[in-house]
Amino acid sequence: MSTHSNSKIEWPLWEIFVRSKQGLDHKHVGSLHAADAAMAIENARDVYTRRMEGISIWAVESKNIHASNPDEAGSLYDPANDKAYRHPTFYDLPNEVEYM
Amino acid sequence: MRLNICNGTQKFMLNKIEFLLHLADNALIIGHRSSEWCAHGPVLEQDIAISNIALDYIGQARNFYQYAALRLNELPPESSVFNLPATEDTLAYLRDANDFKNHLITELPNGDWAFTTLRIFFFSSYQYFLYQQLIQHEDAQIAAIAEKSLKEVTYHLRWSSDWVIRLGDGTTESYQRMNTAINALWPYTQELFQENNFLQPAKNILAQIQIDWNEKIKNVFEEAGLPLPEKSIQHKGGTQGFHTEHLPIILTEMQLLQRAYPNCEW
Amino acid sequence: MQNQQDVLFQNKVDKEIRIEPKDWMPEKYRQTLIRQISQHAHSEIIGMLPEGNWITRAPSLRRKAILLAKVQDEAGHGLYLYSAAETLGISRDEMYHQLHTGKAKYSSIFNYPTLSWADMGVIGWLVDGAAIMNQVPLCRSSYGPYARAMVRVCKEESFHQRQGFDILYTLGKGSEAQRKMAQDAINRWWWPSIMMFGPKDDESPNSIQSMKWKIKRFSNDELRQKFIDVCAEQVKVLGFTLPDKDLKWNETRKHYDFGEINWDEFWQVIQGNGPCNKERLEARKKAWTDGEWVRDAATAYAAKNKAA
Repeated sequence: MSTHSNSKIEWPLWEIFVRSKQGLDHKHVGSLHAADAAMAIENARDVYTRRMEGISIWAVESKNIHASNPDEAGSLYDPANDKAYRHPTFYDLPNEVEYM
Repeated sequence: MRLNICNGTQKFMLNKIEFLLHLADNALIIGHRSSEWCAHGPVLEQDIAISNIALDYIGQARNFYQYAALRLNELPPESSVFNLPATEDTLAYLRDANDFKNHLITELPNGDWAFTTLRIFFFSSYQYFLYQQLIQHEDAQIAAIAEKSLKEVTYHLRWSSDWVIRLGDGTTESYQRMNTAINALWPYTQELFQENNFLQPAKNILAQIQIDWNEKIKNVFEEAGLPLPEKSIQHKGGTQGFHTEHLPIILTEMQLLQRAYPNCEW
Repeated sequence: MQNQQDVLFQNKVDKEIRIEPKDWMPEKYRQTLIRQISQHAHSEIIGMLPEGNWITRAPSLRRKAILLAKVQDEAGHGLYLYSAAETLGISRDEMYHQLHTGKAKYSSIFNYPTLSWADMGVIGWLVDGAAIMNQVPLCRSSYGPYARAMVRVCKEESFHQRQGFDILYTLGKGSEAQRKMAQDAINRWWWPSIMMFGPKDDESPNSIQSMKWKIKRFSNDELRQKFIDVCAEQVKVLGFTLPDKDLKWNETRKHYDFGEINWDEFWQVIQGNGPCNKERLEARKKAWTDGEWVRDAATAYAAKNKAA
């Protein structure tokens, strides 16, 4: 019997995001396979929170993630380089002002 | 394990110890079976899932054994034919099959994924309602173990219900396999609600658990499109030490090192 | 054009900028990574078998829980690694196919049998120890998803080595029979463990390019020497010996000298002629084949539910 199942549909891939504690963002931790969303959450619980890593899980089917194109990274992100005035450290405060 | 009765208080305690051993044996044996799937599951993610469940069961067994050992060691030595001091390991590894008080359903071989998930479904439904009762147990330690375990069991129940529904409502083959599993397992379900001596403190709750259990099974089977079985022959005796041929084989394997090299640290 | 991209790529790698899935990369880099990561993933999955068969025989409930958690972790590690490889455009099913048909390799160490409880100790101490030594540098691998997977793996792996050492330490303090059991296990696993670092540098054809691409950061021989130096000391703490009469501290080299490795045996096991090659692959294929109806049923159920 062949073990190859190219003709078969593989369970879809899901990207898993875990909130490690209340007050923090969900963070991408990895991916896994699951037949449906409910199973993806359960699998994520078993795969990615075995060591108390999380208290909340998001599962997103990988095909639904739209990513920016790395070839356009220059035009997308470089223009932010010369806008140092957006950062608070750009401004010198007189010494008299202790906190701002 | 035969315990010689001394007086009323001790009798009460011996009863409680037998009850603890029953709870521990159940968890240990179904944990043993579940752990056999490790490295052989149908898909990597589920391999991890069932290993988690096995770990929960083994953890529950340890908690109940440890507490049973504590209570056993408080009894006068002559009231017990048992090796004292008892530990979780002497209780798990040095008792014979006819001392084990687990329900027969826990010791049956794993069969296929349908049999395995259905067994966990039947059993965790039972544990779910039982532990809800035990949370209110007069013994604070039993109540505490039940409370911790109930969280785990709630997840086992969710996981196994999902599989029963998925397989029941999946393909023709999975439906048939689920049906086969139902017919094979049903004869071992009613033992879960059978009264016996050490369960006496819990006697009146078993009837209620059975009602809740029936309701749960009915709902999940309905969603899965699976038929409830007709009345069938029912096998009993596990809680009294009368087991299937499978348990001695499990114990031979499990107890191998403790029996072959007595009194060793591992 | 292609050439210029190659140069740009190498520049990025040299500057320690991580390569991410959608970035341009040389096809050979992609293929090398797929081969290496999937081999690594397969090793984790196959590696569950020799230890998995002792879960039901673990000598105490504590040891049983630890071993089960450990073997389960290995499934997790396999999963992280398969996921990393999938970002390079190969499916897990395809990787399984390569494993099941013998096209993909896995670490030869798992083709040796586990014959006693002490083997659980030795696998943790030596096999996981060797694996960690190989893996820690991979946390800085040039390919982002691989490096991130390895960070996770290494974090979890450190408990594996310790539990193995702890098993041996306990046996060492135990009865004569237990000590004998442990020494026997060390004797059987030592040479295969140091073979885990792969062939000698001058016989390792892929190494130079992999080092240049920072898929690999130390050579096989460097890592092997480091491992031997560490184990030669640790074995004294355990109160056992390593089965190598040539093992000796070399004051000039500041390293342990060691005996000749039986490379014939190494290549035989790699070719599939080790003691358990057949059993290991059969077990994986059986799990996969037996699980097919389960996976199909879940797919069918999901499709029905989506439609509804």
